[in-house]
Amino acid sequence: MPELASKTDTAVAAQAATTTDNVLATDAGPAPGKPRSLWSDAWYDLRHNWMFLLSTGLILLLLVVAAVPDLFISGDVSPRDGDLTKHYLQKPELGHVFSAEWLGYDHQGRSIYARLLHGTRASILVGVMVTVAVTLLGGLVGLISGYFGGWVDSVMSRITDVFFGIPFLLGAMVVLNTFSERSVPVVSLSLAVLGWTSIARVMRGSVITVKQADYVTAAKALGAGTGRILFKHILPNAVAPVIVVATIALGGYITAEATLSFLGIGLTDSISWGQDISAGKDYLRTAQYVLFFPAAMLSLTVLAFLMFGDAVRNALDPKSR
Amino acid sequence: MSIIDKTDAVLEPRAEDFDGPLLEVRDLHVEFHTRDGVAKAVNGVNYTVDAGETLAVLGESGSGKSVTAQAIMGILDMPPGRISKGEIMFRGQDLLKLTEEERRRIRGRRIAMIFQDALSSLNPVLSVGYQLGEMFRVHQGLSKKDAKAKAIEMMDRVKIPAAAARVNDYPHQFSGGMRQRIMIAMALALEPDLIIADEPTTALDVTVQAQVMDLLAELQREYRMGLILITHDLGVVADVADKIAVMYAGRIVERAPVHELYKSPAHPYTKGLLDSIPRLDQKGQELYAIKGLPPNLTRIPSGCAFNPRCPKAQDICRTDVPPLHPVTAADGTELVGRASACHFWKETING
Repeated sequence: MPELASKTDTAVAAQAATTTDNVLATDAGPAPGKPRSLWSDAWYDLRHNWMFLLSTGLILLLLVVAAVPDLFISGDVSPRDGDLTKHYLQKPELGHVFSAEWLGYDHQGRSIYARLLHGTRASILVGVMVTVAVTLLGGLVGLISGYFGGWVDSVMSRITDVFFGIPFLLGAMVVLNTFSERSVPVVSLSLAVLGWTSIARVMRGSVITVKQADYVTAAKALGAGTGRILFKHILPNAVAPVIVVATIALGGYITAEATLSFLGIGLTDSISWGQDISAGKDYLRTAQYVLFFPAAMLSLTVLAFLMFGDAVRNALDPKSR
Repeated sequence: MSIIDKTDAVLEPRAEDFDGPLLEVRDLHVEFHTRDGVAKAVNGVNYTVDAGETLAVLGESGSGKSVTAQAIMGILDMPPGRISKGEIMFRGQDLLKLTEEERRRIRGRRIAMIFQDALSSLNPVLSVGYQLGEMFRVHQGLSKKDAKAKAIEMMDRVKIPAAAARVNDYPHQFSGGMRQRIMIAMALALEPDLIIADEPTTALDVTVQAQVMDLLAELQREYRMGLILITHDLGVVADVADKIAVMYAGRIVERAPVHELYKSPAHPYTKGLLDSIPRLDQKGQELYAIKGLPPNLTRIPSGCAFNPRCPKAQDICRTDVPPLHPVTAADGTELVGRASACHFWKETING
């Protein structure tokens, strides 16, 4: 009861307030006595979630692989050059861990393990770049149409609907077919152009809910301008569902890149798991491992990002558990 | 940070030489266009507030008291709301004729508002210190550090214990009374000329209500601000207000200095409100209640809006809208500041 005390003696009240705080804080768990925001609470949840720790560990490992793939293979092995006479469809030597022959060789005599390692960079780059682009573009469109409403919303929502109506992969195939050289940015951009609509819709809905909150009216009543209301009061309160959708979608974008590469209209200048899966399918009956290892690597990567997204969702929206 | 607004750091000189009323609302009409028709929320409200004066606006839900306040603040949702008529003169300047940018500069700096529910009126993701400091950063262009120091000073001012230790806490870590103090601190931060408090104690415990009201009254005296206190609680009003305006269906039905209103109400609605306060000396008797419900604002009854619920209604009440008559005592001497919108105010005040 700090209020009652404050009337009579501020010093006593101050002491009382801090002691009650400490008691409450130790009960609740995180950082006794420290201010607790939504984000610090979420961070506390995450640190105690095995799914988050596992997926973060995996993702960190994948990031290191993407950055320096040669670190994980013994000897100087090129993922591009193969020796058909020596290694054509050579079976895996599961005992020779981290060596070129560990996971066997493909139909062109190239080390499958080396190709797995070198394919990581493209997959992760595409996933992350598409997610970032989609979040920025979709987030901005959603923020503007949700906040301003009226005709601005009508126009922007219709544009969103038009893009939403284009089938994701089909659209990407059509766009990518016009390029002969398809680098990571080109593929990412064409996926982003078609993928931002779901984020825009989530953001718009979230903004519409938040803009009716009393604290937005209060901020207006105390003289805050449109920019400040949008970016300091509405955005931080509306962004959580967008982060959740974006992290979960990241796995989907990695799959999309693999699918496009499988179909032969993905990356042209990088090694991609999708290409290897596509090549491996022809040897499914004689040498299953050519297909199996890239497919498993793809699944593991997507799983890591999905688990990460799930953990983030649980932390940001504890009620959904 | 160019997108985040920063108004010029220098305050424009205050119009200290203006000697009219601080705020004068003249014949204000506000309507809402809804699917069921036009809801007439405010139908010709007039009131004035001087510096250092407290006006209590009393009325049930839907009587238009909050809508009037929102129109003054310029935070009315338009559309569906529309100010169809009237003037809001602040220091002799009609607020309704200003541009949105000019109004924004007045909000917070010259006129500030305190809301009913302090928890939902504070941003949950920003610390209270940041939100308080924001007032100084937006309007005076202070640095982050200076703004925080000012925030602690304001928290001390509204008697929040251990202000320096709690400045980085978030709204949900404070109790209801403490949160309302923070709202008050935010409203007072720039020492505005006028504060509008929209049911500032309704969401609080009874024990805390009195403390918050006392604090508000004390700070108002200290800063010599005008205060518009919007409430439906007659108990809150008695101690702090100088004068009262009673609203019903978007009109002011009675205006009086605070104690005279309690002593001798001149409108049957006010009388009904006062009679429905529970009293210890009437223990065991049935508590009086005004019969019926407030009118639907899309279909306000003809004549006096209160006539379907009025125990004294006559034929004239159903046809003619009663103007706000000045009220005189039984011997004909004028009672300063009193007015009643009832055809039978004489009968009501004298019997």
